[in-house]
Amino acid sequence: MPELLQFCVSGLTVGAVYALVALGFTIIYNASDVVNFAQGEFVMIGGMTTVFATAAGVPLPLAALGAVLVAMVVGLLLHRLAIEPARGASPVTLIIITIGASIFLRGLAQVVFDKQFHSLPAFSGNTPIRFGGAAILPQSFWVLGGAAVIVAVLWAFFNRTLIGKAVLATAANRLAARLVGINTSFVMGLSFVMSAAIGAVAGILVTPITLTSYDVGMLLALKGFAAAMLGGMGNPLGAVVGGLAVGLLEALGAGYISSTYKDAIAFIVILIVLFALPGGLFGKASVERV
Amino acid sequence: MHSTEPLLRVEALRSAYGRIEALHGVSLSVAAGEIVALVGGNGAGKTTLLRTLSGVQPMTGGSLSFQGRDISRASPHARVAAGIAQVPEGRQIFAPLAIEDNLRLGAYLRKDAEIASDLERIYSLFPVLKERRRNPAGGLSGGQQQMLAIGRALMSRPTLLLLDEPSMGLAPVLVDQVFEIIQRLNREDGVTVFLVEQNAFAALSIATRGYVIETGEIAIEGKGSALLADERVREAYLGV
Ligand SMILES: Nc1ncnc2c1ncn2[C@@H]1O[C@H](COP(=O)(O)OP(=O)(O)O)[C@@H](O)[C@H]1O
Ligand SMILES: [Mg+2]
Repeated sequence: MPELLQFCVSGLTVGAVYALVALGFTIIYNASDVVNFAQGEFVMIGGMTTVFATAAGVPLPLAALGAVLVAMVVGLLLHRLAIEPARGASPVTLIIITIGASIFLRGLAQVVFDKQFHSLPAFSGNTPIRFGGAAILPQSFWVLGGAAVIVAVLWAFFNRTLIGKAVLATAANRLAARLVGINTSFVMGLSFVMSAAIGAVAGILVTPITLTSYDVGMLLALKGFAAAMLGGMGNPLGAVVGGLAVGLLEALGAGYISSTYKDAIAFIVILIVLFALPGGLFGKASVERV
Repeated sequence: MHSTEPLLRVEALRSAYGRIEALHGVSLSVAAGEIVALVGGNGAGKTTLLRTLSGVQPMTGGSLSFQGRDISRASPHARVAAGIAQVPEGRQIFAPLAIEDNLRLGAYLRKDAEIASDLERIYSLFPVLKERRRNPAGGLSGGQQQMLAIGRALMSRPTLLLLDEPSMGLAPVLVDQVFEIIQRLNREDGVTVFLVEQNAFAALSIATRGYVIETGEIAIEGKGSALLADERVREAYLGV
């Protein structure tokens, strides 16, 4: 039993990261129909920038804030330089553009940073907290708590602010959004900036547990994409549940079957969803497209 | 004909989908305070014209001016801010959003303090929207969605209201109601109306002036009553 609990906690911790990546996919997808495969690079930029800034002597909170800002700028540039000029292109073209951007950002990270693995000190030490026979790293609480705060902030943004509702309106009906005076190009840029910030926060929180390097984004994007598909592409609640589910499946698979196949779980989830559950667990989002 | 500059002036307007031109040089004008009807058959270019006026469909030639200023290159949001609102064909409500959010988004660009009182005004115009204001707009019937689309456009406090086939798909009672409201807005609030309709009789009956559009060109123009009496119009559009 303690073993199961242990697997669940580590599964939920990585799952929270997948959930944040999946939320990033969802926000951009809803605002612009783009499936952004550079989403994992935001996570990498968050982790790597914080690592290098702290190594240069910047205090952790400041380094983390700076890393989020760097990711937001990269998100904005990605939209302005790569997505906006291709407005009206087919979804496949846009996906290829984001894959290209992902490769480019990885290459850039090799040059700007390096090719090593890096870690950050855990925010509240490494003394495990004993709970029901399981040992939980304090950093796990940072990851889970951080994810919970982000979900709450997003919820308030979309439900309580006019600009948040403008983003939802753009997702629901782009033509009508433009006709009421919403600058939909701004909304799309905003969705890239928000997704970048969310990814970066995830990267900063999880680096003390999983380490980071210039190329962690690729696998994270894949797992976040699996999570988003499992939850139903475009559905924020689905993204969170899907992320936690993929994390749990991975941890249980690694624990009870073999850790060799850990990374295959996400592929299997994608295949199962494609064949058996094309709408995902929560069906297509309540978003209507014309 | 007009001593003063009209509110909206459209000159030799062209618009195309790819290489296929849908508007071949449309010229018309709408004076402040008028209800101007644009009638024509399916595929004549009415929707294309309205979308071009709102800036959501590119124009390939000609010019547009509103309140004497050239708006040919203005963004859609700049046109809304200038006072042009549109009730689009097929209503195009924000289905997953609450009814009240749909209306509030109609006032997206407004910063004044009277948004709440305008919302109440819309609710008094369309009481059914108030009853269900917290529900997703997608649950409304077709007629109610049309009311919502009109209410949403009014929330921007437009000077010029563009309506694209507001009677389409509505039961006759509702059609009467919609046309009554359009007249009331024009009379009581001084909203200038440019009304696109396939229902030529109803539209021309309430219109000051009217235009007939055929395959992307204005074919006939005149007073509303004159068009109702026009032989060609009667044959082609009124089924008489
Ligand atoms: N999205 C589009 N792509 C290509 N052609 C279009 C599109 N929308 C309309 N058209 C064409 O433009 C012409 C005018 O259409 P439209 O403006 O919708 O007419 P109406 O509103 O009078 O029925 C038609 O020939 C129609 O086929
Ligand atoms: Mg039409």
